[in-house]
Amino acid sequence: MTIKEIQEEIIDEFSMFDDWMQRYEYMIELGKSLPLIEEQYKTDDNLIKGCQSKVWVHAELDGDKLIFTADSDAIITKGIIAILVRAFSNQKPQDIIDADTQFIDEIGLKEHLSPTRANGLVSMIKQLKLYAVAYQTQLK
Amino acid sequence: MIETTLDIQAIRKDFPILQREVNGKPLVYLDNAATSQTPQQVIDCIVDYYQNYNANIHRGVHTLSQEATDVYETARQKIQKHFNIAHSYEVIFTSGTTDSINLVANGFTSFLKEGDEILVSAMEHHSNIVPWQMLCERTGAVLKVIPMNLDGELVMEEYHKLLSEMTKLVFCNHVSNALGTINPIKEIIDAAHKVGAAVLIDGAQAAAHIKADLQALDVDFYTVSAHKMCGPTGVGMLYGKEEWLKKLPPYQGGGEMIAEVTFEKTTYADLPHKFEAGTPNICGGIAFGAALDYMNNIGLDAITQYEDELVEYATEQLLTIDGLKIYGTAAHKTSVISFNIEGVHPYDIGTIVDKLGIAVRTGHHCAQPIMDFYKIPGTVRASFSFYNTKEEVDRLVEGVKRARNMLL
Repeated sequence: MTIKEIQEEIIDEFSMFDDWMQRYEYMIELGKSLPLIEEQYKTDDNLIKGCQSKVWVHAELDGDKLIFTADSDAIITKGIIAILVRAFSNQKPQDIIDADTQFIDEIGLKEHLSPTRANGLVSMIKQLKLYAVAYQTQLK
Repeated sequence: MIETTLDIQAIRKDFPILQREVNGKPLVYLDNAATSQTPQQVIDCIVDYYQNYNANIHRGVHTLSQEATDVYETARQKIQKHFNIAHSYEVIFTSGTTDSINLVANGFTSFLKEGDEILVSAMEHHSNIVPWQMLCERTGAVLKVIPMNLDGELVMEEYHKLLSEMTKLVFCNHVSNALGTINPIKEIIDAAHKVGAAVLIDGAQAAAHIKADLQALDVDFYTVSAHKMCGPTGVGMLYGKEEWLKKLPPYQGGGEMIAEVTFEKTTYADLPHKFEAGTPNICGGIAFGAALDYMNNIGLDAITQYEDELVEYATEQLLTIDGLKIYGTAAHKTSVISFNIEGVHPYDIGTIVDKLGIAVRTGHHCAQPIMDFYKIPGTVRASFSFYNTKEEVDRLVEGVKRARNMLL
């Protein structure tokens, strides 16, 4: 599936919920399905700055595709990074670089994009894209 | 019912923001330690300034300038009276506590030498740590820490042991913003003076709850931010004893702070203008005065008594929640409850209760050393003001219970 298709699938899933509570409960569920980062990669270097909770992200190439694993010490943050990993992992770096993140708005998580939010959703997206840029250079 | 002589419902009507909804629920504002809300009386004062007498102060001969100067200087006198300060020129308007602390830290650069010691309490806000670290880097002085115990109280025996003739400065907050501890500042000040050290007390968190008598305390410096006591953001005060303010060099150069300027030499203005370079936050200073009037009309004693009962009730109710632990259980505390639920990140609780219209703070509260001490990433902090109610405490408790059920 392309990033766009995955994002549409996520939007579909979230459209089933009427209220914030169900959305958050689903996000907490998604957090549990996050492909967890290996302990050896849970280093300060892999910490995303700008988050009130800790978020670690690791990236590695599998052929021409980039695989993300991650973890967080906060459950809601874990749900958010799980959504991002689902949308961007196992994709070509160039596609990750080009992808837009409009779907965050559409699943009702816009508030997490505000710069005052300490969860660092903006930082997470930036970090995933930075990995993509780095590996794109390597692929060339 | 909480016993009080205050008409809380009438008081709440003074605060327009308390009438609004957040996420479809009536706002429960429990982040007063970060910033307090603004009553209509103060908002009116701000509007009145811009509508009727907005002008630059101290220099103009025209009527508006004289009116603005009068009201601004009257605000200074209100602050003087509120904190029982000997002279109004010992009140320096600043942009807030952080600015006040930096002014003093900067001024002490020329007074310190290598090996001098600065004592700072273990429960300081970053704003009362970083400027002193920078001062130490500039001068070679050494920063030493007054330790605290698990209840969040300073270990005073250790403080007395740390004091010596090497000690030049002591810094401590009056009330800890992260834990709510009321520190024994009179004992701290008196002991420091015995070894000839100066003391700066950060009153940012105390000022809305405790009326400090600065002459009785005999403190050398005391700092306050208006926005934590019903005033606007971006204005605060530095109190300094006259002898210290005369000794300290000016902080910033500019207009207002000079007596005479030639290209060869400038002589500085008298207090307080020596420390007030440039056009100040005139409206902010005036509104600070209005905020003090507002709080004094209600009465700080009645405010403190009501808030203490509210915090006591909130503590009891929160402790009924399984796995909830309160950080900061000092015998003397005020207005702040910092807590965590076992197995739950504070950020998750803050996010869920926000969806329920409840504003609390989560994180390290700009006091990372305290979080390191307890080995936690942060806490959820509910901080109370006199306009909060028992019903709002109930909503907080319900919200935290709901968050716990979702997250565990």
